[in-house]
Amino acid sequence: MPSARRVRRSGAAALVCALTLTALAACGTSSSSGDGGSGGSGSTDPAAPLDPKTKVSITIDCMPPAAKKAELKQWKEDVAAFNKIYPNVRIEGRSTPGQCLEPPRFTAMLKAKSQPDVFYTYFTDLPQVLSEDGAEDITAYVNDKTVPALKDIDPDVLGMLKRGDKLYGLPTSNYTMGLMINRKLFQRAGLDPDSPPRTWAEVRTAAKKIADLGNGIAGYGDYSAGNNGGWHFTAQMYSRGGDIVDASGKKAAFNNEIGRQLAKDLHAMRWEDGSMGKTQLLKWGDLQKQIASDKLGMFLAAPDNIAYMVQQLGADYDNFGMGPIPGGKHTLAGGNGYMIKKGISPDKIKAGIAWLNFKFTTVGKGQFDWARTKADGLPVGLPQPNFWQGDSKRKDDAERARNATMNVEAFRTFTDNPVPSKPEPPKAQEIYKILDNVMSGILTNEDADVDKLLDTAEQQVDQVLAKP
Amino acid sequence: MAAPSLTPSKAGPPRTPAPRRTETPPGGGRFTLALRRHLTAHAFLIGAVLCFAVFSWYPMIREFFLAFQSTENGRTVWVGLDNFTTVINDPAFWQAWRNTLWFTVLALLLGFVVPFVLALVINEFRHGQGYLRLLVYLPVMLPPVAAVLLFQYLYDPGYGLLNELLGLLHLPEQQWLQDADIAMVSLVIASTWMNMGGATLIYLAALKNIPGELYEAAELDGAGLLRKIWHVTVPQTRLVLSLMLLMQIIATMQVFVEPFLLTGGAGPEGSTTTVVHLIYQYAFNFNDYGAAAALGLMLLVLLAGFSAAYVRLSRTEDA
Repeated sequence: MPSARRVRRSGAAALVCALTLTALAACGTSSSSGDGGSGGSGSTDPAAPLDPKTKVSITIDCMPPAAKKAELKQWKEDVAAFNKIYPNVRIEGRSTPGQCLEPPRFTAMLKAKSQPDVFYTYFTDLPQVLSEDGAEDITAYVNDKTVPALKDIDPDVLGMLKRGDKLYGLPTSNYTMGLMINRKLFQRAGLDPDSPPRTWAEVRTAAKKIADLGNGIAGYGDYSAGNNGGWHFTAQMYSRGGDIVDASGKKAAFNNEIGRQLAKDLHAMRWEDGSMGKTQLLKWGDLQKQIASDKLGMFLAAPDNIAYMVQQLGADYDNFGMGPIPGGKHTLAGGNGYMIKKGISPDKIKAGIAWLNFKFTTVGKGQFDWARTKADGLPVGLPQPNFWQGDSKRKDDAERARNATMNVEAFRTFTDNPVPSKPEPPKAQEIYKILDNVMSGILTNEDADVDKLLDTAEQQVDQVLAKP
Repeated sequence: MAAPSLTPSKAGPPRTPAPRRTETPPGGGRFTLALRRHLTAHAFLIGAVLCFAVFSWYPMIREFFLAFQSTENGRTVWVGLDNFTTVINDPAFWQAWRNTLWFTVLALLLGFVVPFVLALVINEFRHGQGYLRLLVYLPVMLPPVAAVLLFQYLYDPGYGLLNELLGLLHLPEQQWLQDADIAMVSLVIASTWMNMGGATLIYLAALKNIPGELYEAAELDGAGLLRKIWHVTVPQTRLVLSLMLLMQIIATMQVFVEPFLLTGGAGPEGSTTTVVHLIYQYAFNFNDYGAAAALGLMLLVLLAGFSAAYVRLSRTEDA
């Protein structure tokens, strides 16, 4: 028979085990169950809007973190206003410090199926989400009753959330790439900041003038690491009328005169003109820091970069301007939105769409309440996101202009000269990884053999595209 | 009176060990007896075992299965060796292995020799060894990301300290991280600086265990500094050196942080793409967990060989 001492020791050990198990359980992430919190008393017709009396609870991705006080305040106000219309819908915001969507975390989240009921995605995530069977087909749920401004959403933008005829999400933001400029450096170099370069030849000339200011200032900057180099190579191919993948989707399409000229121009700017700075292997965030600290004259970017540079890096709105992408044949388009988790109840889907419509796709409300945005000290006047057309666009543009907190004229060349947009190529990240080597080769090796770089990349991209 | 001897007398009767007290279990076999005897120890172990099971062993088993599976439209199917074929046919595959082996070789040349030499030098100081140990160990206490960012500034071709120094010496500037030929060397220098503190302390501890008489005897035989190191220090620390060598091979073959932060992972023309970085790309950028698991499994098998050698050497040392 065990002694009393042994029993006490075993008891202590059992307690340790219990605490360990509790701690392990606490470590786990919980994902919302399919029907948790839903009363499920609404209409079974997916096209019908949510019955305001239906009791339902939904989790929503990307509630602003506490550090973003103004945005969080607006979120709470919107939840309160939404609950006046739908008093029985409980919104549970999920907040992430820092960047809301980090690809590695997003991938792991999809694998674990732990995404919130309404989750945030980049447009380019759609193939990945569908591969994981992570999003609900919401085609039947989205119509002019549930999303009254549906007809005014740019079909190209909405199309990025579609696979075939099926709709898998609603947009919250969109962008097209243009040429970001530092107005101060343009003026110092004797260039007109209201007339940014429109061709790649003009970019080269302007970059040389800006770099001649000395003191480590680069005229033009570009990425060459973290798959961002391939992303910008793609944008430049589009701008020159080229492509990355041919119409069949099975062959690389950049090893041609357009690709060679692109590579040679960048090589000449880096090594002959010395206008691209010495520091290379840059990735997203590096060029923003350079231009925000007046060390860079130009780079390719979307307008939302300005908000990052002002809010995170302490730059001044009036220091930036934008022109359309040089070359102007096509521009790379993208954006982000929300999708609905696969397998949740129809009432939850309806509640999610009702919230998305209230917060993100209603002119004058939610993110488009520009008067409130201005009152809260947040920027108004950036040209994008702007996925409206028709009446909604007219109303929204007028409100933006009325409440602008920055010099909107600095973006006039960009907004007045829209460039046809083009989505990213298939297997984008895998192709970008390969094209990173082309960009890093051009920008870090003075003796780079452009033809060889493109030949090698072409073979490798063909291999990637040949995979099922 | 005879002097005591360290060897047992052959004339005496053989000493037999006292018989062990045995318990007969009232209602069970040896297993039940062993379980009852170590019940408390087993209970205390459960927590640690669970942690290892959930966070180490299960992922390893899962990885093994993932390497032979693929997910499409939410359906997971068995694909045999397809993931391995995909990985091996990836143009970056052989480059990643070449780069990883090159990093390992360089890390051994620098990261193995430098801490040992440093330990030898510190061991020669009669005073201030504590301060020197602290100084050497300080970089290990820095968060790796902070240390790497420090090197980013040192290596910067525009305003970096290293090029400033070269300029003062009228030597040509270097593209430390942006030249495909020297990028890997630059990474190894950063890695060595960040990690050598721990190894140095271990070597120092081993050096302290060498009896001073051996050095005195070597000196009497006319041995100089190098011969003392070669004939006394190295043989006396052979096991520690072997263990550290294996541990370093295992650690350096998994290099990720340094290239990821300093050269964006791939580096100039892919010259710093490592195997673990490629695994990261497959899993988190291409969403191809099958390929990531297949490559991870290849690395696991290779490192398991080194780990087996490490365990064998550890046992030798314990014996």
